[in-house]
Amino acid sequence: MTQTDTRVGPAAAGPAPGPARPFWTSRRRDQLAGYLFIAPQLLGSIVFVILPLILVLWYSLHEWNVLAGTFDFVGTDNYKALADDPNLGAVLRATGLFSVGLVVFNLGLALLLAVLLNQRLRGTIVFRTLFFSPVVVSLVAWTIVWGFLLQDNGGVNGLLDTVGVDGPNWLRGEGTAMVSVIVVQVFKNVGLNMVLFLAALQGVPAELYEAAEVDGASRMRQFWRITVPLISPTILLTSIITVVGSLQVFAQIAVLTQGGPGTSTTVLVYYLYQQAFQFHHFGYGATLSIVLFAIVLALTVLQWQMRKRWVFHES
Amino acid sequence: MRAGKAMRGVAVALAGALALTACGGGDDAGDSGPAKLRMTVWSANEAHLKLFNEIADEYRKSHPDVAEIKFDPLPFDTYTTTLTTQIAGGNAPDLAWVFENSAPDFVASGALLPLDDTLKKAEGYQYEDISPATLKLWQNDGKLYAYPFSTSPFGVFVNTDMLKKAGQKTPAELIAAGQWTWDNALATAAATAANSGKAGMVIRDFDYKGWDNLSTFWTGWGAQAWSEDGKTCGFNSPEMVDAMTTLHKATFTQKALPGPGTTADFFAGDSAMTVTQISRASLLKDGGFGWDLVPLPTGPKGNYAVVGQAGLGVMKKSPHAKQAADFVAFFTNPTNSAKLAQFFPAPRQSQLTAETLAKTNPKLKPEQLQKVVIDGITNGVVKPSHSGQAELSQQVRAGLDPLWQPNADVKAVLDGVCTKIQPLLAK
Repeated sequence: MTQTDTRVGPAAAGPAPGPARPFWTSRRRDQLAGYLFIAPQLLGSIVFVILPLILVLWYSLHEWNVLAGTFDFVGTDNYKALADDPNLGAVLRATGLFSVGLVVFNLGLALLLAVLLNQRLRGTIVFRTLFFSPVVVSLVAWTIVWGFLLQDNGGVNGLLDTVGVDGPNWLRGEGTAMVSVIVVQVFKNVGLNMVLFLAALQGVPAELYEAAEVDGASRMRQFWRITVPLISPTILLTSIITVVGSLQVFAQIAVLTQGGPGTSTTVLVYYLYQQAFQFHHFGYGATLSIVLFAIVLALTVLQWQMRKRWVFHES
Repeated sequence: MRAGKAMRGVAVALAGALALTACGGGDDAGDSGPAKLRMTVWSANEAHLKLFNEIADEYRKSHPDVAEIKFDPLPFDTYTTTLTTQIAGGNAPDLAWVFENSAPDFVASGALLPLDDTLKKAEGYQYEDISPATLKLWQNDGKLYAYPFSTSPFGVFVNTDMLKKAGQKTPAELIAAGQWTWDNALATAAATAANSGKAGMVIRDFDYKGWDNLSTFWTGWGAQAWSEDGKTCGFNSPEMVDAMTTLHKATFTQKALPGPGTTADFFAGDSAMTVTQISRASLLKDGGFGWDLVPLPTGPKGNYAVVGQAGLGVMKKSPHAKQAADFVAFFTNPTNSAKLAQFFPAPRQSQLTAETLAKTNPKLKPEQLQKVVIDGITNGVVKPSHSGQAELSQQVRAGLDPLWQPNADVKAVLDGVCTKIQPLLAK
């Protein structure tokens, strides 16, 4: 860009001797307009993101007894307590298990559905709507209904019974409870990722497939060599959204298992809720939320860095 | 940039405002004008709220300094969590209903205003009429921090129609024959469940999570969750092992209780019997099914009773604490206490007569009131409560989870519970 910006006049040419410049220059007007345009978003980010982050960090350095009304500075004691917390290992294991399970099942199923529903067949619109509809349903209502379905004498075991299978007590078994929570969450949100994948799939040029077919590439080879690389930016986006979402799961745990049986489904967010709001350890709860923030940040940065290796559109 | 500085200024101002809001705790001592009181309650039952509002309206007629008294129902399952979150968020109520399991935390923390002076000075209050046994949980250093609003014994509601249809003796018949024991109650429940295809006995609000409701069962064996001084775990005592072995067998072998993950509401006709408090009698529908209310069955250690308690306290930080305490004195005076007793048995000794209670409990017979309510309050032990109850409760729940499997090793599971909670008890 070599064109001179004539609107800024002398102000753009740097300081010069002579009469004082007018304050209200066109450059300043532009700057003000820019600030006004971003002001709502900036204000929202400050009030609802940055400020709470600072406050949480501040709280994590304190012991806050809500009932007694005391708020004492304890320095890094809450962070030191992390090392001595006998439950933290189990909590992090449950969190990791949930995240891995959700990401694998959600993205895998969403991609499979998107590929299937990307065909020009009758009824695909109905199925797209069907799979997307849980996304708009209230999360708590969805979870409560699944809670009834997964009861020992609930609908899922009723269906299994019709084919002669004696289903387990899904929400009460150490192994099955986590699987149940993952499945409930997968079916809730798989439609969103499916729609994103569908949009990406429809952006893949048809001539690439035609050329591959002429070269004799199988359908599977076309999928791995053409489809996956070309939709890799969407895979990156959905994986980041799903990983971050999986680390923030709360309502499903609270409604379905309350962290049990044992601590098998006590994920980090639910654990920090217990510590802060049930056990009244607000300082320690804030510390756990800092840990969660660090994990989310680290994973997001890691995924973002890894894009260079496998996301097709990136250089 | 001046605009940049302005933005930074706005951000700092907002940060300050939010921080002050977060840490404020609702301490608005400078509030003036007629007070607006808010009281959190666990019940959203229309009949309960109607009575509360009637009493509040009556109070406001003679107290123009109180403009409004609002009863704010919070969900039962998350009641204490919601209440403490409100306190943390600077939105504390003026008055709060406090369950027995969180009484030690609320009473010892200094969050509540001492009430005894106000109650004793209230005209015609008859403070000495309150049974001293009911005050114990709510006192600290000789001061009363909450009025024992409801002292409600647990009894067994029975669907007599279902039992008769299954060819079983009713509890009333078993009582008359001196055979109302847990063994017979569970056998009756199992036989009725097998006959009806519905549930037998349901310990209400337990659902294999709310374990403190099991004290209505294990107390019959002389078991306790922890020692009297709260320092030693009682879950692996021989009495508790016996009680839990019986309960486990009743659930997984006899099928007298619905297993984990199965819901059955007695009041909807889903089960033959349920252990619960008389305040739940309001859920009985006229013309629904034949029913009876009987005391808890006899355990190996003989007759016993368990009571659930709730206290009514005033938050010390309330800007209208004085008016709130004055309203407690009106709300629980002898006249209103008698009205409230239809749902929430009062701690007043003069009102603990079958005749008095029968006037306000049309659904219950004097004999039921005598055996379940009056004898229960007189002889009952309160459900387990301990400081730091929420954390203890969570550890016990997690520790007991392996017990709710058909092939559980009862003693090993209960040893595991003690391993988990002993460090918390020793604090």
